[in-house]
This record gives sequence, structure tokens and C-alpha cells, in this order.
Amino acid sequence: MSTMTVKGSRRRSPGATRRSVSRNLTAYGFLSGALICFAFFSWYPMIREFILSFQKTNFIDPPEWVGFENFETVFDDSAFASAWLNTATFTLLALVFGYVVPFVFALVLNELRHARAYLRLVVYLPVMLPPAVAVLLFKWFYDPGAGLFNQALDVFGLGPLAWLDSTDTALLSLVIVSTWMNLGTGTLIYLAALQSIPSELYEAAELDGAGLFKRVWHVTIPQTKLILLVMLLLQIVATMQVFIEPFLLTGGGPENGTVTVAYLMYQYAFSFGNWGGGGALGLMLMLVLIVFSAVYLRVSRDRT
Amino acid sequence: MQSRKIATVLAAAGLVLAAAACGSEEPAATPTAAAGSSAPAANAPVTISVGCQPPKTNPKERAQWDADVTAFQAQYPYITIESKDAFPCIVPETFQAKLAGGEMEDLFYVYYTDVRKIIQAGQAADISPYLSEAPKVGELRQDVMSIFKDGEKVYGIPRTNYGTGLVYNRKLFTQAGLNPDAPPKTWAEVQDAAKKISALGAGYVGYGEYSAGNTGGWHFTSSIYGRGGDVVSPDGKTAAFNSPQGKAVLENLKTMRWTDNSMGTKQLHRWEDLMRMMGGGKLGMMIGAPDVVQAVNNDFKGKFEDYGVTALPESTASLSGGDGYMFNAKATPEQIKAGLLWLDFRFLTPGQGQFNYERSARDGIPVGLPTTDLYGTAAPGTEINAQREQFANVPVAHFAPYVEAAKTVQFKLEPPKAQEIYAILDTAMSAVLTRQDANVDELLADAESKVNKLLAAG
Repeated sequence: MSTMTVKGSRRRSPGATRRSVSRNLTAYGFLSGALICFAFFSWYPMIREFILSFQKTNFIDPPEWVGFENFETVFDDSAFASAWLNTATFTLLALVFGYVVPFVFALVLNELRHARAYLRLVVYLPVMLPPAVAVLLFKWFYDPGAGLFNQALDVFGLGPLAWLDSTDTALLSLVIVSTWMNLGTGTLIYLAALQSIPSELYEAAELDGAGLFKRVWHVTIPQTKLILLVMLLLQIVATMQVFIEPFLLTGGGPENGTVTVAYLMYQYAFSFGNWGGGGALGLMLMLVLIVFSAVYLRVSRDRT
Repeated sequence: MQSRKIATVLAAAGLVLAAAACGSEEPAATPTAAAGSSAPAANAPVTISVGCQPPKTNPKERAQWDADVTAFQAQYPYITIESKDAFPCIVPETFQAKLAGGEMEDLFYVYYTDVRKIIQAGQAADISPYLSEAPKVGELRQDVMSIFKDGEKVYGIPRTNYGTGLVYNRKLFTQAGLNPDAPPKTWAEVQDAAKKISALGAGYVGYGEYSAGNTGGWHFTSSIYGRGGDVVSPDGKTAAFNSPQGKAVLENLKTMRWTDNSMGTKQLHRWEDLMRMMGGGKLGMMIGAPDVVQAVNNDFKGKFEDYGVTALPESTASLSGGDGYMFNAKATPEQIKAGLLWLDFRFLTPGQGQFNYERSARDGIPVGLPTTDLYGTAAPGTEINAQREQFANVPVAHFAPYVEAAKTVQFKLEPPKAQEIYAILDTAMSAVLTRQDANVDELLADAESKVNKLLAAG
């Protein structure tokens, strides 16, 4: 069908094409703004980054092509394996917490009959905080001495925990920050999906004697499967780029316990002045993310 | 079909942009090449952009800078100075971006810690042939000038210089029953004082130390230098910190953290963390130079009179710290000569520019901190010190032990590949401060093998 349309459009007279262009001029105008922005701020940096990963440059002299030397340098770095392992662990933990918790919150909010708008606002509030502020707030919460969390644990006769200062809990602590910061967005998206489920389905399930968990399992989850899948993939793509939490809270420590690929990339580019190494790491991360993004595109295309 | 076409067009556009960007990277116009083409007449008009003009939020120092620019341009009418303000004057995130975008000043500001990296990357001009424009350069301390040298070539001029010492809170010393006029001279005394300060109550930290974001490795280097050790071998090819001195640094920290409990429970500190603690009046001691007191006073709500600085305990050597200026690799010889005249005028001459203490005292800017030791015992140094004491408006006696020790302590440079090595040493520092069962020997051996591998890679 689309082929026919294209063929048809090819047979148009020049006057018809001109009319079509002038009719859609406003749309092209809007589109060009977005395209220029993407070209300069997304695609061009991506192409430059790709080129940079095969070069050695000081930004003064002409860059030198070094083949895969930058990749070898980062492969040989003792922090390389830790960075990938930490990134993978963070992503996995972020899925366990950051993926499930907003869904549970959305379910609860959806079931509430009172104060729903107020609670929605409360859940969404952290998203409105600038990320750096939210992260630094947790720096105080996590303080092993006077921090809020250990004070709270103390009330129950528990703790204290070292939180960020222990290799056992540092990464998990970062996941908690990340989950808290992004909770609102996830919850609202899930809530919108839940509210699009026809109420008759729940009524029918109730008539069949289904309890809360059965209704969730047999009605809610199947009806929100697409959004759950899309959110899963978006979550993976977003959390694998984790940077601000280790950058502001732990500086990659203790003992490289929170060094992530994005943080190591920053170290190479800005601390070590090795832009090729940073570019190589960025390219590797991009390739992994492209795989997940391709799955996401495939899923969203097939299901819509 | 249509989307594929659009994608093709966009990909082509991207490649064109990339190609254009690659094409725009002109070959560097070296000073020699520029000089060789057509030598401009003597005193031909020349404009130089200069970084680190004090920001508008610092009106007093900015006014002094502007007044100096006016006076300099009156003295050298053919030179125009374009001041560029930024605060902080340099951050790693913008430094490389400015270079890549061709926005780097002709005369740019640097911290010592970045100098070696910039020289090795070929990002600064060789100014050796033009040094006669700044006659006082010959009188600068040779160990200070060596920071900006590679072989016989000179790539920059220092602005401030100091060695690391021990910064301490005099008020807390008094509260803990310690004599603030007799600060610790040995690590055993530091340990003892730290215990007494942390015993003041919850939240008091006797001794603070960095261990994250490469700052841990930086202070490990300070400590091991102070103890007479080294980070790399003299030829720079192998690690040298797996030594009795390196072990003593980590063992001492481990004891203070876990046996004495005098370092607080929160670790993974970076620069601003200890500044905040020092400014908040809860931290007793830390490794640092007089610039720490300046930062704590200016930006972290501390008061000059509450702090003192003494020599690093038991030290005969000290890690150099400070800042200076380097020249853009694309600067012309005329710009370099003009820049050297400006540096000589503003930063190197006693009684003038940054050393115009009379003006600073009149303007209410703190005078008396020993933040700059460019000349040692040479004549300009003696003159600068005399004027600093004459116009001092902060208690000079609080820094006297540091000044006295600086006369004999040898300043040492950072190791090659400093930031990479610091990142590796951060692991050992964070381990002893966050893990009670940390094995110092294993940590040092592990870091040693990583640094050896790093240095072998060239």
C-alpha cells in the first residue's frame, strides 16, 4: 500500500509537488528544528566520538589514527572489568528495585479511593528535584554517624550500616538513590497504563472469584505487558549509563566498588586527558545499548 | 522506504559534518613557523587573551586586576590584554573542550597537577627562546621552575607555589587541651592529638583524609614524600611506593581509623568534603597547604584566626602545589613575548600586582598567608616576605612553623601519569579507611603491579 502511494507520488506533476511542499511547509519547519538539534547535539557528537575512539589527539596537532590501540589501553586497565561488572550489577539491581517498586506504587495508587492526587504529587516530587541535589541529599542520609538512615535503624535497634563506605553496600546504596529519583516517572507511566484497562475485565474477574493477586496476575499484567516490556528496555538503557550517582557520592570507591563504565569514561577523558580511551569506552557502551535499543524498537513496532 | 531515505540523508549529513570538523583541524601554527614567515616590526600592536581574571563575585580582586591591566597597557601601549574571567579558573571538563573548540586563551591558567600532562600532550608552547622578556624568571626557585620544564625547554611560569604541610584547627586544639602554638612534629604526636580532638564528642574528627576521586592517591603521594619515600623510581619506569614508607602511610591511617577511632566514621572524602568539615569547625587536622586556610575562610565559612599551618610531620620533602600560566601552542612569538611581560608585571614583581600587599591590605583583602614561595631565599623572595609581614592583616604567627620549615624542605614534583596513578592508589587508601581487615601488604603489592603495568605501557 505504501509502495503504491510512493509510486503515485512520483507520477505527480511538478505543480502538485510544489503545492504539497507549500501545504506542509509549517510541518517541515517544525521538523527541521528538531532535526538540526539532533544533528548537532546527538548524531554529530556520536560520529565524532566514534572517530575519536580510533585516534590519539591533543586537540592542537592533527589527530593520529591509532587503530585499536585505545581499546587495548582500556582493556588492560585494571578498573575495566570492575567497571563492567559494577555496571551490570547496578543494572540488575536497578531492575529489581527500580522496575518493580514503581509498578507496585502504581498498583497501590490505582486502588486508592482517597488522597490519590496528593499521593501522586508526593511520589512525583523527587523527579522535580535537580539530580545533583537529590544525590547530595542522600549523601547526608547515608552518613554512617549522623545520617538519617542509621538514625532510623537505631530506633529499631538495628545497624549501623556503613552504606557508601563499604564494598558490600555501596552499589546497593547507589541503586536506592537512583530508584528514589526515578520513582515518580515510572509510577505515573504505569498508572496511566493501569487506568486504560477496561474496568469490565476486573468486574468479570471478581465475578469469577479472583482475589487481588489473581486480578493482578491475570488482568493487570497481561493488559500492561507492552508498557512493561518497553519500560524494561528503557530502564536497562538508562541505568547502564549510570554516572551521576558514583560521581557525586563515592568517586568510584571504595576499592573501585562503584566504578561504572560511564564513570571510567569520564576519568579517561577528563582526569587522564586520554580522549581516545574515553571514546573507546563510550563506543563499547554504545554498542551494548544499541542492542537493547534495537530490541526496544522491534518490540514497540511489533506491538503497536 | 521513506524513513530509510531520511536515514540515508541524515547519515550523509552527519558524515559531512564530521568530515567538515576533521577538515577544520588545521595544522598547528608553531611559534617558529609563524616567526619565520614575516617578522612583525618591533612593538607592532599585539593582542593577548589571558585567563583567570577574578570573577565579578570577587569585586575587590577583580578591580585590582583591571587596574593592573590599565597600568600595564599604559606602560606597553602596543599590547592589548583581553581578560577572560571564569571561576574556578580551570576545570578538567572545560579545559579540553576549550582546546578542541579553539577557545583556549593565549595565556591560560593551570594547576601544577595538570602541567606535566599538558606538556606531554603538546598542548602548550615552548617559551624558552623568549624568557629574556621576563627577567625575574632567572631568580625563581629552580625546583619550582622545573615543574614547567621538560629537559631544557620551558613551557610556563608559576604564579603561586607551596609545599604541603599540616593544617590544624587552633580552636579545637585549645578545646582539647592541646597547645595550638606547639603543633605536632611527629606522626605519633598527630595520632595523640587526633585522639584528644575526637574525644571532644560526637561529630568531632581528629584527623581527616581523602580517599576518593583520585584525591586519596594525591595525599598518599604527599604523605610518602614527607616520609622520605617515592611513588615511582627516579627513571619513572617502575612503582616505588611498596616500601617501608608507603607501608607506614597506610598503617598509620589504619591505626587512626580503626584502633584510635579518631578519623570519623564517614570516609571516601574528596577535596570539598574536608574543606566543609574544616570550615564547620569539627575537623582537627589534615594534610594541606596555606591555600586550604584561604579556601576555608573564603568559601567554607571558616575564620583565618582559627587555623594554623605547620610542616608535615617528620618531613624533609614535600609535594609541590600551586598554579601558573602556560601559553597556547598556537600563540605567536609576539603574543608569547607580550604574555611574558604581563606575567612579569602582574605576578613576579615585588610590590606590584599580586605582591602589592599594601593595596590588598587597604582593600581589605587578607594579607599574611604564606601561599606563595616563588623565590625562596633569593632577593625578590626576601623583599616579598618582608612586605607581606609589614602589611599583614591575618595572624602571621599561626603560619610561622610552616614558613620556617619551608626553608629547608625540598619541593618534589608529582609522578608521571599522576592522575592514573592516583586513581590506582585511591583503592589502597579507601581500603584501609573503610575495611578493618584491609591487608596493607597486599594492597601495596596489588597497586604496585597495576602501576608497573601502567608505566610499562608508556
